[in-house]
Amino acid sequence: MKCSYACGSDDHLLSRRRFLGGLAAGVGVASQFGFSKFVQPSIATELQNQAKQILVIWLAGGASQLETWDPKPGTETGGPFRSIDTSVPGTRISELLPKTARLMHHISLVRGINTKENDHAKGQYMMHTGRPEMPGVAHPHFGSMAAKYLGSEANPLPGYIHITPGGGGRTGTESAYLGPKYAALYLGNGQPPSHTTRPGLVDEKGETLRHDLRRRMNDRFASRRRTAETEAYTTTYEQALQLMTRREVFDVTKESVQDQERYGNHDFGRHCLLARRLLESGVTYVQVSHSNYDTHNENFTFHLEQVGEFDQGYSNLIDDLAARGLLKHTLVVVMSEFGRTPQINYLYGRDHWGTAWSIALAGCGIKSGIVHGRTNAKGTEVTDGEVNAGHLYHTYLRAVGLNPTEDLDVDGRIIQLGDPAGAAIKELLA
Amino acid sequence: MNPNPPATSSRTAKPEQSHLVHDLVHEKPLITCRFDPKGRFVFAASEDSNILRWDLASKAKTVLKGHETWPFALEMTPDGATLFSGGSEGTLFWWPLDAKSPTPQRRVDAHSGWINAIAVNAAGNLVATCGNDRSVRLWSVTDGSPVAQLPGHEKPVYRVLFEPSGRYLISADLQGRIIQWDLATYKEARRLDASKLAIYFASQGVDYGGVRDLSLSADGAYLVGCGLIEASNPLGAVSNPANVVLDWKEGKLLQLQRPKEDIKGVAWGVRCHASDFIVMVSGGTSGGFLWFFKPNQTNEFFKVTLGNTGRALDLSPDQLHVATAHHDGHLRVYGMYEKAKA
Repeated sequence: MKCSYACGSDDHLLSRRRFLGGLAAGVGVASQFGFSKFVQPSIATELQNQAKQILVIWLAGGASQLETWDPKPGTETGGPFRSIDTSVPGTRISELLPKTARLMHHISLVRGINTKENDHAKGQYMMHTGRPEMPGVAHPHFGSMAAKYLGSEANPLPGYIHITPGGGGRTGTESAYLGPKYAALYLGNGQPPSHTTRPGLVDEKGETLRHDLRRRMNDRFASRRRTAETEAYTTTYEQALQLMTRREVFDVTKESVQDQERYGNHDFGRHCLLARRLLESGVTYVQVSHSNYDTHNENFTFHLEQVGEFDQGYSNLIDDLAARGLLKHTLVVVMSEFGRTPQINYLYGRDHWGTAWSIALAGCGIKSGIVHGRTNAKGTEVTDGEVNAGHLYHTYLRAVGLNPTEDLDVDGRIIQLGDPAGAAIKELLA
Repeated sequence: MNPNPPATSSRTAKPEQSHLVHDLVHEKPLITCRFDPKGRFVFAASEDSNILRWDLASKAKTVLKGHETWPFALEMTPDGATLFSGGSEGTLFWWPLDAKSPTPQRRVDAHSGWINAIAVNAAGNLVATCGNDRSVRLWSVTDGSPVAQLPGHEKPVYRVLFEPSGRYLISADLQGRIIQWDLATYKEARRLDASKLAIYFASQGVDYGGVRDLSLSADGAYLVGCGLIEASNPLGAVSNPANVVLDWKEGKLLQLQRPKEDIKGVAWGVRCHASDFIVMVSGGTSGGFLWFFKPNQTNEFFKVTLGNTGRALDLSPDQLHVATAHHDGHLRVYGMYEKAKA
């Protein structure tokens, strides 16, 4: 489903995220009208005053639950790694996560996920929207939901920032009917948005004159034909200017040398430190992707490498967010599009597996130290507490104070915030 | 066991006549294999964490239990008395090699993380180990005491090999870095480059490849490292098996060897034969193969298609047999001589 921009609100006239991601793109983006409203508007006002934030760590390609949160050592599916004790008595995780193990009292695990989905793209969609992908229908990504319903219009920083390991990201369609204003701003390889510095040929005085001219022309145009569209363009420019003054927010080298060393001399460590910086600056939703876990070949050596980096960055983030009081209002989710097969293939690999896998949650609205769900001895099926992506999505929304059963009116079509077939996992909610 | 023992048989190996001599079966996938120095047994390590010993005369299988996790490395003292094993728990095990029911004689916490390879010197008094903790370590065979730790690798170390004189130890890693260690000083003597076997694949964010096995020719003329090249999709197992042949004296690259055909896989094991050829085993999406190369040639002069993906090989003390370990649980022994007529 595409955003149809029917309501005339100025909220969705321009993808502010993509605009800020490349300011020189200017105003060539076609503007349209559209808005989605809560049928019961109480939720919107209820949430405006709450400073809930979300951090998602996306283990791209499908991390192995057996080499992370649900190890099965000593079984034919367990592989070569052992499990270790954690700070929560009785909860053991892979030995590849020694630093995380010491912080397990902040974290809860969901070990009984059955999404029945083994396709990368469909799994990504499902885990980001809480719904199965259906032809002709598009639902907003969790980050876009957060940017719209948890973000503040007064904040010059984008509400949804995605730090990717390489350059670029998706195409801005993740906001679906919420409109492009709530699409992600991608920081490819953790780099600041492009074109957020004044061009070298333009001095400060010249820059001021240019903007004065733009404002005068905007005012003149608006005095005769003021529309939501012109308002949105004007707002976007002003927000971009504010963002330019806060460009240092994206500069992880401003963090102490000790912190940079602590998070690790690798991209994921730097991206985690940048995530902390962005959360501390008030960004509503930050996603850090770590690539790549799609280990059909040599699963164990690759997980040794990747999970080692993850353990360092993630544990420092959890530790710092807790110590700085941010974890109380920040939901932290570690997830993938699916897990990996218990069966070890002839290449020492594990393949796609949506049948029985795990994620980790921490922080805002989530009980800590809980393990929800269970798999059998070999990890081949869920034996207790089975949940799917819909249950998880409802849980995330509840955790940050949103009501997943609220209805939205999208051009006359009533759409529930969370999948109607899902429900929050009450045992996990604080 | 020195992987390059002198030929003891009057027969000459003829790779072109290779044929299956023994097909020894275990119920779980095998990881690696070794002949014992006296040629009585062939050992294998399995994904069920056990070590298997087959008596080559009777085909009797003995299961050696003791490892908690996967054993990746097996090696023996030259006198055939002691078997060493090491694996993902980082513990080095001593076993009485030919006991009726071997149990561990000694366990030493040797590495933080996996032990990837073990080597024993020709004198039989030093055992070397290497691991994912990026270290190379030396131990006393007699009492298990630490002798030296050799720092220098910046990535997991995959192989160790004693140079026959005992003066030097050779180690190789994930980046294709080979270090020659002087055991008189425990310092680096020199570095050699096998980085053609390694890649950092930026789009998948992974280091891949490295030197998967090492062998030095009997005359000390060349060192061979095996692994892979042209890894266009490491996570999807798209690569080609290859050998790097280095002039041992000069340290220069002599040959980058690869199959003539576009065979996908990894070269998991390599041995230099005393008759001046190189035998390599590969496994991967194209299947399992034994490859035979002349040291100065780019492509094989002969290949054997294996019954399953290959994971390791060893050369028998008489240099007439090659053992290969497989995912299907089979340990296959090939004779490189004319097949006996029925």
